[in-house]
Amino acid sequence: MTATTTVTPVVQGVNLVKTFGRVVALDGADLELYPGEVLAVVGDNGAGKSTLIKCFSGAHIPDAGEMFVNGERVEFKSTNEARRHGVETVFQTLAVAPALDIASNLYLGREERKSGFLGSAFRMLDKKRMREESAAHLKSLGISTLQNITQAVETLSGGQRQAVAVARAAAFGSQVIILDEPTAALGVNESARVLKMIQDLRDRGLSVILISHNMPQVFEVADRIQVARLGKRAAVVTPQTHTMNDVVAIMTGAMTVPVEEQQLTPVT
Amino acid sequence: MSTASAGPADLAEEFMERRTPLQRIQGVLHKYPYLSPLIVLLVAVVIFYLLNSRFLLPQNLSFVTQQTVVVGTLAIAQTLVILTAGIDLSIGAATTLAQMMMANLAVFATASNVLPFAGQNPYLAIAAGIGVGVLTGALNGFLIVRLNLPPFIVTLGTLSIFTALTLIFFKARTIQNKEMPDPMKWLGNTFQIGEFQLLYGVIVMLLMYAIVGYVLKNTAWGLHVYAVGDDPNAAELSGISTKRVIFSVYVVSGLIIGIAAWLTIGRVGSASPNPDPLLNLDTITAVVIGGTSLFGGRGTLIGTLIGALIITVVQNGLSLAGLDQAYRVLAVGILVIAAVAIDQWIRKVKA
Repeated sequence: MTATTTVTPVVQGVNLVKTFGRVVALDGADLELYPGEVLAVVGDNGAGKSTLIKCFSGAHIPDAGEMFVNGERVEFKSTNEARRHGVETVFQTLAVAPALDIASNLYLGREERKSGFLGSAFRMLDKKRMREESAAHLKSLGISTLQNITQAVETLSGGQRQAVAVARAAAFGSQVIILDEPTAALGVNESARVLKMIQDLRDRGLSVILISHNMPQVFEVADRIQVARLGKRAAVVTPQTHTMNDVVAIMTGAMTVPVEEQQLTPVT
Repeated sequence: MSTASAGPADLAEEFMERRTPLQRIQGVLHKYPYLSPLIVLLVAVVIFYLLNSRFLLPQNLSFVTQQTVVVGTLAIAQTLVILTAGIDLSIGAATTLAQMMMANLAVFATASNVLPFAGQNPYLAIAAGIGVGVLTGALNGFLIVRLNLPPFIVTLGTLSIFTALTLIFFKARTIQNKEMPDPMKWLGNTFQIGEFQLLYGVIVMLLMYAIVGYVLKNTAWGLHVYAVGDDPNAAELSGISTKRVIFSVYVVSGLIIGIAAWLTIGRVGSASPNPDPLLNLDTITAVVIGGTSLFGGRGTLIGTLIGALIITVVQNGLSLAGLDQAYRVLAVGILVIAAVAIDQWIRKVKA
């Protein structure tokens, strides 16, 4: 409800378009994520939530539109490029390799190598360092359920796997963490733990994009809620100004929110 | 949160610790997948020794290692491919092509219309043969990665292509032992350790197992091979270029095929354009019996070596016992099915 702001979004998407054959997933979608906030993205199935965040993850390349990180124009062609800009994603599928151990998964795709020639030419792994640092990361995130860092991920429970994926993102994400349906497969206790982790990430100064179907969870942790509808941004509201019923109504098109009533700027 | 749930969690953990003996076995096999083939190998050795005590004589054991060398070396290449959830059906045909290239270049002046250095330098011939092996792997890899075709179909096609190329370029002529210059047969030399005769080729094979095994375990490339076979989407999303990894695996396996071609000439002493029809399947069998999953992402090279040994031990033991080789085929068939069944079971492990 402030008119203008000078805060630059950490991540911004303008008029993003993405089609898959004849299916239009994004039809001019916008998104702004401000420093230190949790932005929830909600919407019906097929509203383009996952497609939208996958553009920022580098998993999808938008057909049209512009993306910015800290005001700088970016074009992500791979997840690695997004990661280099400090944008980490916990995908819905978690993207962990089940047969590999926890430490290998945390460092998958950016392994620590031995110093010197062995590391640069032969890409020799520094396993010891990866194990030690993985254990330290998990500890700093308060994940105590994963004790044996050399355990294969497939031997873990769903919540523990989720924790591995979140820990990986948190360990490397310097700016933005995107979580796609992080609690969809989890029980009550495990979900609560993930929500706690999201709040901790925000407290550490990171910005978080959370995709979820679970309204109570969204209302619990989100600073702002972006409602996606038909590949566009229908509205951005806050848990304070709107109820869950309002949000569902916006999702289905039963309700529209005038721009001046939306929260398009950071919550102060 | 964690303190609140500490009580019940501890109780639950205590309950979960109480695993049945079967679950314990499952857990151990999950951690050391080569254990079951090792047990099979030891049991086979004991049985064949009881059937005929000559089985364990040094001469016979030397013979077993010599029989293992070709399948054993090619099985390294096959393991790499299968770890990425692929398969190489062209492995035998590619070996024959590389081998005929080597032999013809080393021997034939008539091949000089193909390459100018034919019949002059056997070392160049060996290098060219290994190069052909690399090219066969690169072709497979290119078709799989670039055209996005399933490895099964690609290598089924190249199996025919390599076989045909061998016959077109080198006719149906076998290069005999006496024609072959010595460096070609060098890996067929042996030296004595007591009564045990060790083939140079066996040492080369073991060295390759050691090197590739070490690389798989200790380099980023090795880790990525496992990750790509385990879950290609996860690997890609984690920033691994799955295509590059898969292509490199086929190229490396081509290099191993080239070396195996040289080994084959050393072991057999001659070079025949007709590949051993069982070679393809034997390499796959060795890998599968050795505990590597056909679905990719899990397995060990040491298991493959044990698998290759099982094949030759069964073959050798049955002939010493005077039994029909049909039993070998029978035993290998049962072992393959058992190995895959065990693999499926191990995958369901819970900590």
